[in-house]
Amino acid sequence: MNIVLRLAWRNLWRQPRRTWLTIGAMVFSNTLLVFLISIQFGMYGLMIDNTLQVFTGHMQVQVPGYKDDQKMRQTVSDVVPLASTLRREFPGGSIAARAWAFGLASSEERSYGVGVFGVEPEFEPTVSSIPGLVKEGRYLRDADAMEIVIGAILARNLRVAIGDELTLLGSGRDGSFAAAVVNVVGIFESGVADVDRNFAQLPLATFQDMFYMEGAGHQVVITAATLDDAEVLRPEIAAALPSDANLVVHDWDVLQPGLKQAIQADMSSAFFMYGILVILVAFSVLNTQLMSVLERTHEFGIVMSLGLKPGRLGRLVMLETALMGMLGLILGAIAGAIFTSWFTANGLSIPGMEEMAANFNLPARIFPEVTPWTMVAGPLVVFLFTLLAAAYPALRLHRLHPVEAMRAN
Amino acid sequence: MSKLPVLTRLAWRYLWRNHRRTIIMLSAVSIGVWAMIFMTALTRGMVDQMIKDGISVMPGHVQVHNPLFLDDPSVSNRIAIGDEQLGRLFDGAGFSGWASRVKVPAVITSERESRGVTLLGIDPVAEREFSFVSYDDVEGRFLEDVNDNGVVIGRKLADTLETRVGKRIVLMSQDPDNEIADRGFRVIGLFEASMPAFEEAYVFIGKKAAQKMLRIGDTTTEIVFVGDDYRNVEPTYELATAIVDDSLEVSRWYEIDTYLGTMLKVMDGFVLIWVVVIFLALSFGLVNTLVMAVFERIREIGLMLALGMKPASILGQIIIESMLLLLVGLLIGDVLAWATIQPLSGGIDISVVAEGMEMMGASSILYPKLYLSDMILANVVVLILGFLASLSPAWRASRYEPVEAITKV
Repeated sequence: MNIVLRLAWRNLWRQPRRTWLTIGAMVFSNTLLVFLISIQFGMYGLMIDNTLQVFTGHMQVQVPGYKDDQKMRQTVSDVVPLASTLRREFPGGSIAARAWAFGLASSEERSYGVGVFGVEPEFEPTVSSIPGLVKEGRYLRDADAMEIVIGAILARNLRVAIGDELTLLGSGRDGSFAAAVVNVVGIFESGVADVDRNFAQLPLATFQDMFYMEGAGHQVVITAATLDDAEVLRPEIAAALPSDANLVVHDWDVLQPGLKQAIQADMSSAFFMYGILVILVAFSVLNTQLMSVLERTHEFGIVMSLGLKPGRLGRLVMLETALMGMLGLILGAIAGAIFTSWFTANGLSIPGMEEMAANFNLPARIFPEVTPWTMVAGPLVVFLFTLLAAAYPALRLHRLHPVEAMRAN
Repeated sequence: MSKLPVLTRLAWRYLWRNHRRTIIMLSAVSIGVWAMIFMTALTRGMVDQMIKDGISVMPGHVQVHNPLFLDDPSVSNRIAIGDEQLGRLFDGAGFSGWASRVKVPAVITSERESRGVTLLGIDPVAEREFSFVSYDDVEGRFLEDVNDNGVVIGRKLADTLETRVGKRIVLMSQDPDNEIADRGFRVIGLFEASMPAFEEAYVFIGKKAAQKMLRIGDTTTEIVFVGDDYRNVEPTYELATAIVDDSLEVSRWYEIDTYLGTMLKVMDGFVLIWVVVIFLALSFGLVNTLVMAVFERIREIGLMLALGMKPASILGQIIIESMLLLLVGLLIGDVLAWATIQPLSGGIDISVVAEGMEMMGASSILYPKLYLSDMILANVVVLILGFLASLSPAWRASRYEPVEAITKV
């Protein structure tokens, strides 16, 4: 072992209790950081996935302006052929055409306003989780059947069951009166009250007939295998769109700006908390190292008068700090990983948080996952700040005069 | 007990013997305390605003409905007591404010678009004080009385419907016989709300106009009561329960909006956890400082013991030293927190993440809220835990064998 390294290591254990207390501060913060970062980023992933898979998908082709106003006449013409062309060109993506309108759904007993989607029964299951959430009856089958699938709360409010008829009223693309009588064939239950209360799906061709769409729709939804793939796919899709059609491709964060911003807002408050933890550890280290330098003034005076340069002494102090920091990093990362893994296996649920979780499309029980990144990111920052904190005591050595220092104590 | 002043003076002097160490520790405590209070004030401000917004939209701290209404919001499930009789029951009963209103889901249609909304038939005079709409800021004018024949809608909704003040829209809902009830109204005013979602969701008409349109005589669907403090709704709740009979359901605000209710509870838990976590991060440094302080004056402690000072006095002296350090740190931290929160009390504009905040149910201006109770909590927790943390080093100091301690180098 290198002599300086050995010296540093031994110096560290001259005051074992002090060293352990300082390492303790690091381990405490690191454990907390690993745990919180694992939960945090796992939660963001879930929030994004769960929200996007309901309706939004990873991206959508629309006409400019549709995402803000969702007006009936902001249409994509020949939406089905467009979707099938894209599907042929990009076999890696799941693609489906849709139209959307607002209408009044009336059963024999009740009437409620609902958002009605016209969907391609064959392809909708590849871009949305709704078809898989049909709890009663079945999902839509034919592109032009007079059928409808509605949310569970809506079904309860309308007092309809499978097989009952619903009258849909609305206004068509040209502003004219639109009406149709459809059969309830399926009832879906997503667990998100807003979705289960406010939405219904019709086959796209039926929708186009009813609302005088003349082959048009409002969006082509595209979902890639992963969010990262989606980023690659987006420019390719944009390039493949017919140039004369005045269409745009919007990313999920443009379609759901709230989602990304909620994450940003949460991140900034989380980072504030992490920052405070890291600073407190840094103060702890600063205190320890300053004390350890001060109490060795006499000894440092001797070695300096023997010809040791202050710079080397400074490096010795930094090395001591680095060793201490390394111990804190390794022990903290391990402790954090073990602590978090317990929750990975058993799940973390905070009583009373179910409501809040549902608001962000999150399950009531969260299973944080430790990845190499979440395991070292926090501890590494702590380590860096540890070194930074030791810079002051280390640099102070340059002001030391050997003779005066030797007289100390 | 009479030794206390002497011990305190001793402790204070010891504290400044190694002023560098004390200053570092003081900085750490101050920053920690500042972070505890600052972060708490930010989140408190956010949750407070959320709850106030939520309650102002509901509105009221306590609401009375037909027991079936909350699950099936139809006029069939209305309150079977006429307005005149309600007035006799509640006027002068001691409520800070109350109003009866018609609230039903409806569809609003312009010549361009239609959307689903919540139709509110209100008494604008009774609701003026607690409405989420500020009547004077309405473009055009707000409703004048229960007989007003106009409609007031949100600015955002007006944009979507491509309508404006002076134009006509049609409102469509359902009467008690499940027949479609609709009527044309002239838009007389556009309101703005703290959250865009409110501007899209609510439509105001006069109570009498609503009752006539829905053919429900002089009955309503909801009675709202406002108390003085949302944290203490029991007096209002009890007053309301005493007056109405069992055929009606009386609910507190947090029972109607369970999301907001949980937020309030989670918030209280968060404050405590945050304060304790920060203290724990601090505690390592605190114990370390005390251990060092004891270590470097073992000989003096030995001498004091040899001269007849009681071990209990040594114990007391170290604990007082720790308490003094914490008290000064708390003082600086409290002042710092107050000084940073005070200038921000006009609100922090976080509209870059407005849509994200809306997803959480919060508005885009954050008003930090410094509660005395939170400040006291932080200070008390720090002092109590600080006392516990200093017990061990203090205990060790008081247990030294005088002779051994004096001879220690």
